Amino acid sequence: MPIVKFVARRSLYGLVSLVVVSLLIFLVTQAFPSDPAERILGREATPESLEALREQFGLNDPLHEQYLGWLGGILTGDFGTSYATQVRVSEYIGPRVGNSLFLLLLGAVASIPVSIAIGAYAALRRDRAFDTGSSLVSLVLAAMPEFVVGTLLVVLLATNVAQWLPAVTYLEVGSPPWSDWPGLVLPVATLVISVAPYVARVMRASMIEVLESDYVEMARLKGMPERVVLWRHGFPNAVGPIFQVVALNLAYLAGGVVVVERLFNFPGIGSAIADSVVARDLPVIQFLALIIAAVYVLTNLLADLGTVLVTPRLRTRLR
Amino acid sequence: MSATSTEGRRDGVAGGLVIEGLRVDVEATGHDVVDEVSLAVPAGRVLGLVGESGSGKTTVGLAVLGHARRGVRIVGGTVRCAGIDVLGLDDAGRRSLRGGRVSYVPQDPASALNPALRIGVQLREVLEAHDFGGSSAAREARLAEMMAEVLLPGDAGYLARYPHQLSGGQQQRVGLAMAFACRPSVLVLDEPTTGLDVSTQAHVLATVRDLTRRHGVAALYITHDLAVVADLADDVAVMYAGRIVERGTVREIFAAPAHPYTRHLVAAAPDIAGREGLVGLVGRAPAPGRRPAGCAFAPRCTLATDACRAAFPAAVRVAEGHEARCVHARPATLSRPPLGGASAREEGNVTLRVEGLSASYTGVRVVHDVSFDVSRGECLAIVGESGSGKTTVSRCIGGLHKEWVGTVTLGWAVLARDARARALQQRLGIQYVFQNPYGSLNPRRTVGATIRRPLVLAGVDDATADRTVAETLERVALTASYANRYPDQLSGGERQRVAIARALAHRPDVLVCDEITSALDVVVQAAIVELLASLRRDLGLSMLFVTHNLPLVRSIADSVVVMSEGRIVERGSAASVIDAPREDYTRRLIADTPSIVRALA
Amino acid sequence: MSAAATPAVTTAAMDEHRPSIWRAALRMGRTRVGIVLTLLLAGVALVGPYVAPFGPTDFVDMPSTRDVPGTLLGTDYFGQDVWSRFLHGGRQILLLALVATALGLVLGASLGMYAAYRRGRADEAIMRSLDVILSFPQVLLSLVVIAMFGPSSWLIVLTVALSTTPRAARIIRGAAISVVERDFVLAADALGESRPRIVVAEILPNVTAALLVEANLRLTYAIGLIASLAFLGFTPNPNAANWGLMVQENRLSLAEQPWGTLLPTLAIALLTIGTGLIGDGLSRAAAGIDRGRAQD
Repeated sequence: MPIVKFVARRSLYGLVSLVVVSLLIFLVTQAFPSDPAERILGREATPESLEALREQFGLNDPLHEQYLGWLGGILTGDFGTSYATQVRVSEYIGPRVGNSLFLLLLGAVASIPVSIAIGAYAALRRDRAFDTGSSLVSLVLAAMPEFVVGTLLVVLLATNVAQWLPAVTYLEVGSPPWSDWPGLVLPVATLVISVAPYVARVMRASMIEVLESDYVEMARLKGMPERVVLWRHGFPNAVGPIFQVVALNLAYLAGGVVVVERLFNFPGIGSAIADSVVARDLPVIQFLALIIAAVYVLTNLLADLGTVLVTPRLRTRLR
Repeated sequence: MSATSTEGRRDGVAGGLVIEGLRVDVEATGHDVVDEVSLAVPAGRVLGLVGESGSGKTTVGLAVLGHARRGVRIVGGTVRCAGIDVLGLDDAGRRSLRGGRVSYVPQDPASALNPALRIGVQLREVLEAHDFGGSSAAREARLAEMMAEVLLPGDAGYLARYPHQLSGGQQQRVGLAMAFACRPSVLVLDEPTTGLDVSTQAHVLATVRDLTRRHGVAALYITHDLAVVADLADDVAVMYAGRIVERGTVREIFAAPAHPYTRHLVAAAPDIAGREGLVGLVGRAPAPGRRPAGCAFAPRCTLATDACRAAFPAAVRVAEGHEARCVHARPATLSRPPLGGASAREEGNVTLRVEGLSASYTGVRVVHDVSFDVSRGECLAIVGESGSGKTTVSRCIGGLHKEWVGTVTLGWAVLARDARARALQQRLGIQYVFQNPYGSLNPRRTVGATIRRPLVLAGVDDATADRTVAETLERVALTASYANRYPDQLSGGERQRVAIARALAHRPDVLVCDEITSALDVVVQAAIVELLASLRRDLGLSMLFVTHNLPLVRSIADSVVVMSEGRIVERGSAASVIDAPREDYTRRLIADTPSIVRALA
Repeated sequence: MSAAATPAVTTAAMDEHRPSIWRAALRMGRTRVGIVLTLLLAGVALVGPYVAPFGPTDFVDMPSTRDVPGTLLGTDYFGQDVWSRFLHGGRQILLLALVATALGLVLGASLGMYAAYRRGRADEAIMRSLDVILSFPQVLLSLVVIAMFGPSSWLIVLTVALSTTPRAARIIRGAAISVVERDFVLAADALGESRPRIVVAEILPNVTAALLVEANLRLTYAIGLIASLAFLGFTPNPNAANWGLMVQENRLSLAEQPWGTLLPTLAIALLTIGTGLIGDGLSRAAAGIDRGRAQD
């Protein structure tokens, strides 16, 4: 099966780039000017206790041994101990990763079909009211940063204008993210609003290109019913580029959640990043950066796979 | 004759194609794209609709199927296909007509076939949409039959291929099979062989000829290639600026053209069997919205009088079935210069010598051991089909392709592989003119600045450079005022003149012309050929003329090398190679090239 | 008679030289609205500090109160004048964003054009390394770097520029590749023009439309990103007025004193919408120009 080979090759490529990224992350975080031991024990700590702690964390080992030790830990599922909370990283971050992934997934699931539909319909109604209207709305929404969109939503729906929804989530770390579903509405809506316009615009452009193509004109000149023209000849060719955009936006969302989670007090990796950056909690930052890079690599792999699957020219070229 | 073909003929007798007073407008401005178009194609006949790009041929062709592209609208006239009033149909009626009674064969099959669907799916869906034969068994039988008609294998494996897995010729055959699938009465073919090699073109044309005759189809064949029309069509209609200016039988139109524009078209068409030189025509056809009140050709016409400018002339009957819309209509031909003209070749004075040139792309050898000389004042043509390696040879000589071995000598100096490694005088000594004048001029730079650049590099002072730019512009039959214009203000022919001027500015020894007329309309091409001849005569310039267009070689070159698959297969004087080819390959090439002279003989 | 001897025929109606992308964009209503919004907010940001009734950190009255005599819109969470904080709070964001965008764009465009012109290994190496940067979300990238060295102005500029570079490089490379493939670049090669000159004189003038569109897009993001960083608490000076920071500070008292949050939120929204509209106008104009070229 050529497709299996393709996936295997791309996975290997992804893995290699993850290793490169892990090295980069490690080196960058090593450049932190402060001494973790001192941060943990405070300024009054005795030199002996500092030294003991450095020894415990392996901070006195040569850099490459530290890196290999860290990498080895990752491979065995041991991500180290948080400097700030003294808890295992996996214990501290694990549930938050779940929460964030849930938020991300919900955002993606809610935004992608809607934006594809809007983009495709706008292309069909090119230069008519729906197209101009939706393009302007998406333009305005896409321009604003997430926290502005979120704040405006809070003003409109949770505080000043109407009080239909909670302004913040009351989710406890450890309980499933859906236990506070009203609190999910605004964070998800914010993510949807900041991603949907891009996907919709690319879909519109792609669909217009396809509708103007010779083969769609030819399908009409063959007497195909409009339904067949759109669904058999148009749409399948138009969604090809969408995979890449969706992948790019999912990776972008992974960054966007930092702000959105902070805004809505959502206990996910976003708030953990902000906190650990302030606390200079290296093991947590390293782990989170790696997780986000992995999400990026994975979505890209899926996107490439999707593109290849819907594009015969690429599919038949696989050996 | 089989039962099916007689059935086809009965359909055809019902009417063929009749267009009357067709007008198509630009939606936004109301300017006409085409107007007053009236045509009739009886069943079983082929009408060639000729004209240069932008003349409205395709617009007419699409209107036959009741289709107008985005931004234009059919606003008047009638189209009858096999007795059906096409423009009066509702959407459902049009759908059942298209692909059923009337079919369309597009220009570029590579882009007209859906890249995401297997060809079997695309062929079957036509039959299904029109419920051909009433049963799926009948449709499968028809599918097999039509694959056989266009000489393609019809097995499941072949039908499961995607368009990109076929060659250009195969793709166009699939297009033909699709068009003939439901046994149409009317067929519109829109430049279906443009971009195909002559041998592939010959096969496609033979298939078209065979199927239209056999099934009694009325065919509208749109093209800019007069030789193809002479070869294939029964009747011709000539379009200029959105109007039909002349129509008649093939023999009438080519032997006794009555409209001055038609005369120019005929006199500008290179012919493989021709014995006369080409006559060019400068200027360009006015675009929609810029067309004058009277005859649109009047501004370029030497016969134009006030009557021409007052109103678009009524049709003048020249002979039975031959009419022209010209006040001065009368059958005549333009006087043409003798073929080849005076050669300026200085035998023995070799300017450019190529010895044992072999070139590769990323390790794959595409040119094998090519050698030739170009004497001072000589024009050598390198002829070949696409993929023959002719352009690669010219790029190696120009230093634009770096992966080659062999020796290229300019004067006495052996040239380095890469242009950058050559001395300034060597770089200026070989000048390259590119195929596409729309891509070879920097759109952000004035014509003057473009022509000036080689002079600046050569260290010429400002005043001399200014003077040289003006002189060079005049040498290519433009005026000095063109120096201040940008490329987007020029027509294709003018741009190519500017590109030639840039190459000439610093008096090169050799001009390498890479398909420089293939993007131009035929009358403009002839004007460029005239220009090159005069340059050669006046400047003693040596020229390497790379082309796929064998008939053109006769009009421009002293000698020719024929290339195929990276090797030179034949060489000699232009006249001897074309009139008395020694090699099979050249013979086939010449036999496959359509010719007006041969068609009328 | 040869063509060289016949008088040149000037085209009956000489075509206009194509209008500049700015002129084409200015014909669109959205561009004009965008310019008005941008000028308005940029005016507030730049002139605001000189006309503000109070200093950015002056204590005025009770915190988070709407009706305070002597103030236009009341006080914020710290008892500072909301209106004055607002007038002071835009300049830093705007200036940092402008510098960061310019820096990122120059770097990205240079790399993109060079990659497109050289193709092959140089192209591959440049674009792959930029992809690595791209694999970190913008906000995270800035956060990590700022966390290391503290939120100084130049560091914010640098990180935002760094996250702008790969995106700009990608777009400009894409635009430049279609230029590089045109024969006039080959013609320059054949003449032996120097490579830097080819990039600057042949390629650059033909990607200005893409560059202009990208500049606007990147500015919109830079404003958003810098404001977001401030919202997360990373500003050069944590006491200074800053629209992003104001939203963070005052959002919990939204019910009692909405202005402290609403004013900076709307300001950022309108500023980014303004630049976004200009960018869209430009990109539509550029598409129109490209279409014109495709047709001829």
